[in-house]
Amino acid sequence: MTSIAGLRDLRRRTVPPKYIPVLVTAGLFLAMFVAGGIRYENFATGQIILNVFIDNAFLLVVAVGMTFVILTGGIDLSVGSVVALATMLSASLLKDGWPAYAVMALVLVIGAVLGLAMGAIIHYFEIQPFIVTLAGMFLARGLCYTISTESIPIENPTFTDIAQTRINLGGDLSVSPSAVIAVVVVLIAAYVLHYTRLGRNVYATGGSEQSALLMGLPVARTKIAVYTISGFCSALGGLLFAFYSLSGYGLSAVGMELDAIAAVVIGGTLLTGGSGFLLGTVLGVLVLGLIQTIISFEGTLSSWWTRIFIGLLLFVFILLQRVFSGGSRRRTP
Amino acid sequence: MAAPAPILRMSGIGKQFPGVKALDGVDFRLLPGEVHALMGENGAGKSTLIKVLTGVYDIDAGEIELEGRPVAFSSPLAAQQAGISTVYQEVNLCTNLSVAENIFIGREPRRLGRIQWKAMRRRAEEILARLDLDIDVSAPLSSYSLALQQMVAIARAVDIDAKVLILDEPTSSLDAGEVAQLFTVMRRLKEQGIAILFVSHFLDQIYEISDRMTILRNGTLVGEYLTSELSQVELIGKMIGRELADLEKLEERPPAGEGAPLVQAEELGRTGAIQPFTLTIHEGEVVGLAGLLGSGRTEIARLLFGADHAGTGSLKIDGEQVSLRTPRSAVARKLAFCSENRRAEGLIPDLTVRENLILALQASRGWTRPIPRRKQDELVDKYIAALNIRPANPDQLIKNLSGGNQQKVLLARWLILEPRLLILDEPTRGIDVGAKTEIQRLVAELSDGGMAVLFISAELEEVLRLSHKVGVLRDRKLVAQMDNEGLTTDTLTETIASGARS
Amino acid sequence: MSRILKHRLFWPLVILVALLALNLIFTDNFFKIQMKEGHLYGSLIDIVRFGAPLILVSLGMTLVIATSGIDLSVGSVVAIAGALACLRISGLSDQNSVGGVLGAVGLALVLSVVLGAWNGFLVAGIGIQPIIATLILMVAGRGLAQLITDGQITTVNSSPYKLIGGGYWLTLPFGIIIVAVVLALTAFLTRRLALGLLIESVGGNAEASRLAGISARGVLMTVYAFCGLCAGIAGLMISSNVSSADGNNAGLWIELDAILAVVIGGTPLSGGRFSLSGTVLGALIIQTLTTTIYSIGVPPETTLLFKALVVTIVCLIQSPAFRTKVFHRRRRPMTARPAAEEKVRVSA
Repeated sequence: MTSIAGLRDLRRRTVPPKYIPVLVTAGLFLAMFVAGGIRYENFATGQIILNVFIDNAFLLVVAVGMTFVILTGGIDLSVGSVVALATMLSASLLKDGWPAYAVMALVLVIGAVLGLAMGAIIHYFEIQPFIVTLAGMFLARGLCYTISTESIPIENPTFTDIAQTRINLGGDLSVSPSAVIAVVVVLIAAYVLHYTRLGRNVYATGGSEQSALLMGLPVARTKIAVYTISGFCSALGGLLFAFYSLSGYGLSAVGMELDAIAAVVIGGTLLTGGSGFLLGTVLGVLVLGLIQTIISFEGTLSSWWTRIFIGLLLFVFILLQRVFSGGSRRRTP
Repeated sequence: MAAPAPILRMSGIGKQFPGVKALDGVDFRLLPGEVHALMGENGAGKSTLIKVLTGVYDIDAGEIELEGRPVAFSSPLAAQQAGISTVYQEVNLCTNLSVAENIFIGREPRRLGRIQWKAMRRRAEEILARLDLDIDVSAPLSSYSLALQQMVAIARAVDIDAKVLILDEPTSSLDAGEVAQLFTVMRRLKEQGIAILFVSHFLDQIYEISDRMTILRNGTLVGEYLTSELSQVELIGKMIGRELADLEKLEERPPAGEGAPLVQAEELGRTGAIQPFTLTIHEGEVVGLAGLLGSGRTEIARLLFGADHAGTGSLKIDGEQVSLRTPRSAVARKLAFCSENRRAEGLIPDLTVRENLILALQASRGWTRPIPRRKQDELVDKYIAALNIRPANPDQLIKNLSGGNQQKVLLARWLILEPRLLILDEPTRGIDVGAKTEIQRLVAELSDGGMAVLFISAELEEVLRLSHKVGVLRDRKLVAQMDNEGLTTDTLTETIASGARS
Repeated sequence: MSRILKHRLFWPLVILVALLALNLIFTDNFFKIQMKEGHLYGSLIDIVRFGAPLILVSLGMTLVIATSGIDLSVGSVVAIAGALACLRISGLSDQNSVGGVLGAVGLALVLSVVLGAWNGFLVAGIGIQPIIATLILMVAGRGLAQLITDGQITTVNSSPYKLIGGGYWLTLPFGIIIVAVVLALTAFLTRRLALGLLIESVGGNAEASRLAGISARGVLMTVYAFCGLCAGIAGLMISSNVSSADGNNAGLWIELDAILAVVIGGTPLSGGRFSLSGTVLGALIIQTLTTTIYSIGVPPETTLLFKALVVTIVCLIQSPAFRTKVFHRRRRPMTARPAAEEKVRVSA
């Protein structure tokens, strides 16, 4: 029975590092918050964090969809354009007198269908996600311009009501409905990823698509589902963005796909797929939001410092993750 | 003999790939409660037959009946749902998921659509306990060895209500104890009436476990036999269509002329990989390394080649102290290393045979000094002919060659460099008997020509047949070094088992 | 015939020819090339001239993609190179001094190479996935470019600098000559010398290449630095053409167009085999598309729609899975499987 003893010896020698990236992100978020609190007055308040949620609700929702896609090892470059398309569609349809809720439903359906189509092309025709979603990005952006090249204001009472409502949380704290929607989306998504077959299939597909196929998992359905989810989330993010800006504009959300990817990566999800948590993505979005808050508190810094700072932070986080997870990673065949 | 009705019957199966007839009119049947070995050289059509059966490929001709009903599976999932489960040679699991999930994914215990994690872990532990495995099922699969991952794959396949279990070379990465464990499980499943289709390159295992065998050659059926009625020699004859003489011929090896010491490792070691060892390899000497999988065989090779960094000790080449930081510096010292993992560490699949062949030579020259086309042709033609690489087309993509021929190309890649020490890690694993013999003979010839060879193999007979000196490894330690005079597999087995300090 | 059909440059070529033919319908004398004042003029010349920066960036990108990498930062490098060169030139006492301009250009190119090497270091030295490693510079780079120009659009008035992107030499636009030289150089390095084999080998299987004694690190550093250089030259061309540097918009989305050009040209994103001529074709297709949209009078805002359409068509046509599923299903049902077989073999 030496072999069994041998097998026992092979029990993992180190704690799996899957939680470390998230912990690091959480730690850095806290450190930034504390540092901000020391440096600026009126910074270390609950409302600051809530404001980050309010100002980045749309990004959070988009990043949730992106997390699904990246977990399967894919990528979705179309999200920013779909956000813009959603604002454009809402604004122009509302201007034509459509009822607000019908517009919302239609926009969400269109986003999901767009994602579904991209997912189907990626899976059935075996074209790289990078390229297909790039085409989707051009398509959505192009559609925006065919609707209008100008910014269209939104004056619909339902939309403006939602935009102006603040939900009081007691104390001096309040949040916008958008932030609440974003948090609900996060909770649902976390449940789906952890407690449903779809979620586990997402991880399995990202771990090894070939294995997932041979294990009899519905890889096609899973892959198409994640792009559909991402499309839906982008459209929802677009609606939240419309609430936030009360206008539709073809040039809005340019580069948001980068912010979403950056948030997911800073949150500790591997771009190769199969590893990461939704909580990480939430933290990633919070970190990005906090950077902007800090720069606005600083006051003297020009806007381009935001980009440099995000780039720098990306570098630091990626490096840290490399240090923590790199050592224990197996030589992958 | 009155056999029970077959649970699975395939008749007249034909499968065509562009340019190749992979299967041609093959009949095959599986009886309930038997272990049925599918035998044949590489390229005989074993894998294709399995993939046709499990719905990975369509069939072009013939029909498949499961329990008397004609079936055609559109996917492995459909086959699995019908009761045909497969464990492939390569572990096809998701190593990023936990052990429990790998056993249950796709059929997790749920309540109202919510996965019951606790129940799943508990049941996973029960299933593994039946295989005598006691491991943490919530740890990711990637934290366990390949052998264990393989056992998890089998546990998964077993737990699915399988009528037919296909084991496609499951033992190639297991050590003797693990194989015994697997066989225990197989026997238990057999008693439950499950039909097992078993593929393995190890003849001893076939004879130990199988009741019946079907032999394929070049995509056609040779016949179906009871294992007890077919001798090993007959079996090999039917598989390769020629006699065993080739294998026998090698038995006599000229003793090694005592050359000068070429490579001297002094207390070389690396934490977690191999304990410090001392080993000297002389010119023209074949040193065999024997030991179970994971005993540190490959790790020794990688240290000597600079593929991993040594933590302790020193290395001398020609008596001169060297530090091999990268494979590149080892190549510069005329060392060569053929990895056991052809696919991950050897082949560049999208390149041609020619490009794969000249790769190491080009690398050693650097990119600024290309090898002239005429020189390339000369070298490539020479080695294709010398090693009998088929098809003899240098512009064929290497991924389209059979395993044996790929291995020969990789060997040629190093032979072109005329190395002084050639390290071969399991060069004959997973390749057919014919190519195996050719490679063994080549090793003998090379060492006669003055090249030193470090030969690693799981097959003790092969090690004994070729080596002048044998190093024995156990639990990541070089426990013994013995001259190959009067050494038998029994002595070796015993040394491995006892870890003798001789 | 079937061999021609299967050649990997066949479909890109067909598309390019179709696009050009379309132009012929809408524009008279589309193919006419004239000599005016010792300079060549014509729509075809313009396509190559305006496409020159994209071709350059795509060439560098091809090599990066062949190593199974990707460089998202080229757009930022384009902006930075232009910004730095313009900043230096605007600071010269005599903006027309050839020496001063050469110095500025040289400095900008050195910085581009350094930025490329930085990407190479992250990928090869630290081992970060290329898409993330270059994302860093992509995000930060635009900020850096604006930092250099202090958020302004820096304008210069220098005739030697104008030559790079807007001038003529030996009757040809100077940009075309630069492209030709860089293309010839790239082809020489990769195909006459052995750099191409090593790149394809590293892209095909990095670990196997390392064990075969290839210095994968060196190859990667070289390739990323080269890609940076190409982007830098393109940046100079773009800013020279308009005699100004715009940190925010110069080279915006050129990385996507370049990746597109590479993929249209038949180099797979997964790395390995690459085709320089394919990439040039791909870049020309993209440029011709833009020209076509202007010439047939479609509103320029919809360029993106057409781009999406062409991307989809080209990628679908090149996808073996699409071809077998759509073209072969009815006629030869039994041979409709090689794609599936391919898929399995890769993993087996």
